[in-house]
Parts: sequence; structure tokens; C-alpha cells
Amino acid sequence: MPDLSGYRFTASHEWVDGGSRVGITDYAQQQLGDVIFLELPEVGRTLSAGERFGVIESVKAASDLYAPVGGRVAEVNDALVDTPEKVNSDPYGEGWLLRLEDVDQTGTELLDEDAYTKVTAGH
Amino acid sequence: MAQRTPLHDRHVALGATMVEFAGYEMPIQYSNMRDEHTAVRQRAGMFDLSHMGEVRITGADPVAAVQHLVTNDLDRIGPGRAQYTAMCRDDGGIIDDLIVYRGVEECYIVVNASRRDVDVEWMRAHLLDGATLDDLSDETALIAVQGPRALSVVAPLVSGVDVNGLRPCSFGWGASVAGIDGVVVSRTGYTGEDGVELYVPAAHAGTVWDALMEAGRSVDMLPCGLGARDTLRLEAGLRLYGQDMDENVDPFSAGLGWVVRLDKPGSFIGADALRRIKEAGTPYRFAGMRMAGRAIARHGMPVLSGGEQVGEVTSGTYSFTLGGGIATAYVRTEIAESHAPLQVEIRGARAGAEQVALPFYKRPST
Repeated sequence: MPDLSGYRFTASHEWVDGGSRVGITDYAQQQLGDVIFLELPEVGRTLSAGERFGVIESVKAASDLYAPVGGRVAEVNDALVDTPEKVNSDPYGEGWLLRLEDVDQTGTELLDEDAYTKVTAGH
Repeated sequence: MAQRTPLHDRHVALGATMVEFAGYEMPIQYSNMRDEHTAVRQRAGMFDLSHMGEVRITGADPVAAVQHLVTNDLDRIGPGRAQYTAMCRDDGGIIDDLIVYRGVEECYIVVNASRRDVDVEWMRAHLLDGATLDDLSDETALIAVQGPRALSVVAPLVSGVDVNGLRPCSFGWGASVAGIDGVVVSRTGYTGEDGVELYVPAAHAGTVWDALMEAGRSVDMLPCGLGARDTLRLEAGLRLYGQDMDENVDPFSAGLGWVVRLDKPGSFIGADALRRIKEAGTPYRFAGMRMAGRAIARHGMPVLSGGEQVGEVTSGTYSFTLGGGIATAYVRTEIAESHAPLQVEIRGARAGAEQVALPFYKRPST
């Protein structure tokens, strides 16, 4: 298991790390199964916390993605265009989705690792 | 509460993700769909399909009783052969698609799990005098081993039936597999690959499963879930009842005109309507599409041509073999015949699609 002490989580299974990178959790990628396509926002777009910012599609289903915190999209993980399976193989590392800057914590409801683990334990 | 197959404990022990399907708790995947799919295309994969229904027809003339119920002609195959067929209502609507196994003194019919109750009720109501129907579904487990190496996995465990001597679409009964008697071994499947399906007494399904898992090690066989089963069958252009067709669709519209034998001996249910439908032609046709992008066209999404809706997606997925999106759809006949470029409306955007002939994937001939 990677060290997730610097990560914060949403109940909708996204994470944000100390460098304001955003991704989906290991639990989420397991539930989705083989990821084959992502719709991610343009660099420069401003998101508010909880805003729908894209779609992740697996063979099984398409799911909306929600911003764990507000901020401006500084970078999008372009490697996922050709290798979306990285979200499955390394959800907390190479499978990151985007990086935010000018982060705005207004309206966020983030969980730490222990609290998030409790959210998924019931499933 | 969903039913469990006799192999439920094995799936849980293997770490499968379980989902409810047709009233059963079934494995959707064990590792991931890509690896399971690829195992079947390149080596071998094993499926628990015990949710499927099995019906036995016996009596004075079981072949005549089945002929009356289905559209294909059982006289085109002899005993020991299996045939894909459809069972239709009087108006030609498809009640289910079936595999019929022609025996000597009986026929076996394999039905979709989701249609088992409807099918059995219909068959009982339309059974010819002197024929008897037994629903064997609960006492029968079905294990499929599919892939180019499937026969080499199964054959060494079988006595009583020459597995390597079975022609495609033929079967042998009374086999002993891993010491379990009374197994039907069939060279059939739903993946587009060579392979074997084993009908096993439910009480002994675990023994057969375990022996096959052990034998499969030598070819790196994987247990495969319903997820890979769907991507495999769609690449192979095979229909899924409830998604690609239902009671409102006739076999000609569904591209299954080849299983309707209007000239077969005796009458069968739906024959008059199907004759009329064939003569009149159908307004929609079942078409294959290759998608330009990676977004998946899914069941129910509109299909457009020239900005106008001309059809609807029935099934769609990502083809691991072709490395792109594939889908099937009902498309207005004149559009299907013109091979015009299509678009699929996916979440408000239009994704390009090219019409292609089915199947999307055909295994290399051996």
C-alpha cells in the first residue's frame, strides 16, 4: 500500500494529495473495472469544490467525476489518453487525473484515510 | 435474495467481484476484464454458467415436439449435434434464443437464465401431446472452457467421450470427468473461440471445477467472469437476449433469418407471421459499428445519420482485441444498406461510427 497520509478523500471516491493532484481511489477503480476512456477538463478551467469536472468510463459503466476541492486546472494527465489503464494499475500514482492550483477549500468535506476506509468498509 | 450457483464458494475464494445477474449472484470479474478476455483469445479461460437453464424433452417424438417450438430445422442436424435456434410467439416476436442438443431419445434445450420461467411456461403450454418436459436447471451446473488451448485442458480429464474427436457444435453424453459421471461434453461456446461446455450434476460441480483449474495451470488458464463473457460474445457478433432483442423483435430484424427455416417439415409456432415478415421486409436491420473514439456506445443510445435519428444502440463495449469501440444497433434498413457513416449520441456529444459487417472478430482458421 502506498503511504496515503498526505491524501484527503471524498465520499464520492476522489482523492487530493498535498501537491493538489486529484485522482480516484483504489476502491473506485476496483468498482469500475477496466478503465478505457476519460473526459477531463481543459487546463485553465476553474472548478469549485463538488463540481462535476469530467467522466471516467470503464467497460462496465460511465461515472461522473467531482472536484474534491476548488481550484484552477493547472495540468491534466495526458498519458491517460493512450493508457487509461494506469488508473487501474496505479490509482494514487501514475493514474492521477489532474493537478489544481489556487486551491480553494470553501465548501469541501474531505475525509482522512481512516474516515474514508470506514466509508468503503460497508460495501 | 439472489440464488447462488454450486460454485459460489470457489468464486469468493478466488476474490471475484460478485454481481446480481438474472436472479443469481455471479462473478463479473476475478482479476480484470482485459486479462480474462485475452486469456480466452490466446490461451484458455473458464466460466461458471450454472445460471443458464436446461430443459429436457422426452416422449414418443421429442424431435417433433421441439420442431414445433423453434424456428430452425432440427432435421438439418443428426443426433449428437447442437443447433442455435429461436423460439417465437405467434406474431414472430422472439421469446428466447436457444441451443438445442439433439439426442437419440431426448432433446436438451439450453435457455437464458433471465428467460427460464417464461420459456418453461411457454414450452409446457405448447408441448405436443405425448411429449414430456423436465426443467433440469437446478440440478445442472454448466462450466465452459474456451480458447485455443481449451481442448488440451479438458481432454485429459475426460473418459467415455473422445473430446478431441468432437466436431464443432457436436456433443457426447455419459462422459466421466475427473471421476464424476453423467457429464455432457459439448464443443460449443459463446466467445468466438474453440472450446468446450460441460453440463455437470450440480452436486459435483466443485470437483470438476477444481480439476479443470488444476489442469489449466499448464496453459495459464484464467477463471473468467460475465464481464469478459460480454466483451468476447460481442466481438464474435453473438446476440444477448434482453439487450439485443426481446419479444418485440423478430428474427429477421435481429439478423437471425438464417435460423428461420420456413420450409422445414411440419408447422412451427410463428411460421405464418415470419413468412409475412420475410416477404414484406423489415424496417430496421441489425448492424455492426466501429467507433471512431474511445467513448462506449451503450444500450439505448440514439444512432444518427445526417442529423436525424435512424436507430438505437443495442450493445456496445471496448474491444480488447481490436483496440477500439464496437457496438451493435438497430438501424433503418435503407441506411443500413447504404453503409452511410453514422453517429452515436453519447452524453450529449456525437461520436463517429462506421458500419461494419458482423462479426467484429473471427478466430484464425486452424
